Amino acid sequence: MFPPIPNPSVDPAAAAPRFGEKDLIRRSASTIEPPATRLTEVAKLIDVTKCIGCKACQAACLEWNHLTEEIGINHGVYDNPMDLTENTFTLMRFTEWVNPETENLEWLIRKDGCMHCEDPGCLKACPSPGAIVQYSNGIVDFQHENCIGCGYCIKGCPFNIPRISKVDHTAYKCTLCSDRVAVGQGPACQKACPTQAIVFGTKEEMKGWADFRIKDLKSRGFENAGLYDPQGVGGTHVMYVLHHADQPSIYAGLPDNPRISPIVETWKGITKYMGMALMGVAAAAGVLHYLVAGPNKVTEEDEENAERLAGGATVPPPAGPAPLEGRRS
Amino acid sequence: MTVHDPKAPVPEPADDVQSGDAVHPGHPVTVDRYTVGARINHWITAVSLVLLALSGLALFTPKLFFLTGLFGGGQMTRILHPWIGVVLFCSFALLFVRFWRANLPKRVDAEWLAHSSDLLAGREEKMPEVGKYNAGQKFVFWSMSALILVLITSGIVMWDQYFYPFTTIEQKRIAILVHSATAIFAICVWIVHVYAAIWVKGTFSAMTRGNVTGGWAWRHHRKWLRELVHKPAKSGTGTPAE
Ligand code: HEM
Ligand code: SF4
Ligand code: SF4
Repeated sequence: MFPPIPNPSVDPAAAAPRFGEKDLIRRSASTIEPPATRLTEVAKLIDVTKCIGCKACQAACLEWNHLTEEIGINHGVYDNPMDLTENTFTLMRFTEWVNPETENLEWLIRKDGCMHCEDPGCLKACPSPGAIVQYSNGIVDFQHENCIGCGYCIKGCPFNIPRISKVDHTAYKCTLCSDRVAVGQGPACQKACPTQAIVFGTKEEMKGWADFRIKDLKSRGFENAGLYDPQGVGGTHVMYVLHHADQPSIYAGLPDNPRISPIVETWKGITKYMGMALMGVAAAAGVLHYLVAGPNKVTEEDEENAERLAGGATVPPPAGPAPLEGRRS
Repeated sequence: MTVHDPKAPVPEPADDVQSGDAVHPGHPVTVDRYTVGARINHWITAVSLVLLALSGLALFTPKLFFLTGLFGGGQMTRILHPWIGVVLFCSFALLFVRFWRANLPKRVDAEWLAHSSDLLAGREEKMPEVGKYNAGQKFVFWSMSALILVLITSGIVMWDQYFYPFTTIEQKRIAILVHSATAIFAICVWIVHVYAAIWVKGTFSAMTRGNVTGGWAWRHHRKWLRELVHKPAKSGTGTPAE
């Protein structure tokens, strides 16, 4: 058993947050000076092989975050609601999978939610300064007072996580209980989990614990058991132990090789530089041309010609190119 | 009033000449170029395009995020931008109906383009005589038409507040890339368009008072002026022949 996180101390000093503004390593639409020292990276490890699908975590999340999910309807499956929402930051997704090797039905239950990517696509896409921040311990958090509700984070996220509230039109997702972690506690879901399928600690500790679990699984015949800590997004601060780590997508569409979409990279990268340059060049060309060529003014002669023409005279064009009709067929 | 000169070039079918275009002899000659309706239509389009460029650029790059202040903050910018887009689209659609005929490409456009360096160098007398619009103006017209069509289409795909369920995230990603790149081109075309109006003196009155001087028409759109002189407005409303 992984040693549980002790209950909080009642000493008022223990309530002082252990990280904050000064620990930001990324801030959306801003350039910031990274702090000199990085906090120890934290991680939540979700051991899918131990999960019994009781949804205690899902309920604890609603409770801790003062959220209420709409009462939905039964779709004949265990998933409820059917997708993440602005209230449901974490959702148990149930898959009935027939293992082609053993012909056994396996019930795969994955706790979906924000992965707290080391390289977060949501933050990269966000146009609003400070609406998404990343602390040096790895937590990616949304700051609702800065959010404009544009939904760019949804397009940036490789895991399809953020949701826009229909009430305040800002984006919501799992905070990794940054408020609890700040005072030395683990996330509410971890605390509620009756089987220790969810554990929380430093990223190193979690990798070590995962190793132990994976060895155990392998010894029981799950030879493809492994850790899901996808390097395409620089690793994540929410990791899974999977019995079939060679095929993450069987777990309700967990991406096999998540990375920030190249389309998003292009949009947020070269398009911005080229775009600014192109507009700058167009404007500069105008100014330059005006300075060099001077304004194009109507002359007295032009007015006189127009008066003669309007008066009924035949006025030939100024010495110019061959008259047009010569060229017409 | 007009004496028909048999040697004068026979005007091409004058789809160049539009309803309301007319010459008024005098000193200087004045030429009606845009009706009140066309001018109002143009200014609604112009104002909405500028507001769209400002609100869009605010989200395009953090350096310009401060522009959201003009619209009452980030949330308001996000809300208003697509609605102004709808105004622009409708207003431009009306302009399109008004102007498309006079913007149809003609043979002379190729020749005009071949001489465009003369124009930029200030040797406009070397340019062929053109109708109501020259090839540059036609380029602005057709490229804006195409760009605005792409902008409204991609814009609706990324308008999450009302259209989120109708497309996949991958489609929304493509839409936003297309939208931002297209917006850049639209802004560049707009810069060219506005610069032309600033550089060519005497143009602004076409969009304010609706008329230009005869000299302006002679210098820049001589074929149009000749057509107007030779085929004067038939009726009081100035409906042209053809
Ligand atoms: C014609 C109808 C248009 C519609 C429906 C539309 C819609 C949108 C939407 C939904 C967004 C996302 C932000 C938001 O929700 O407000 C957006 C962003 C943007 N729009 Fe538009 N838009 C239109 C026209 C234009 C035009 C004419 C321009 C520029 C001349 C423009 C420039 C931009 C830019 C630069 C962005 C930011 C893209 C980025 O962040 O990279 N849009 N537009
Ligand atoms: S909706 Fe997402 S991308 Fe847009 S401002 Fe809010 S957090 Fe940033
Ligand atoms: S999973 Fe999505 S929302 Fe969470 S940090 Fe990564 S990109 Fe952002």
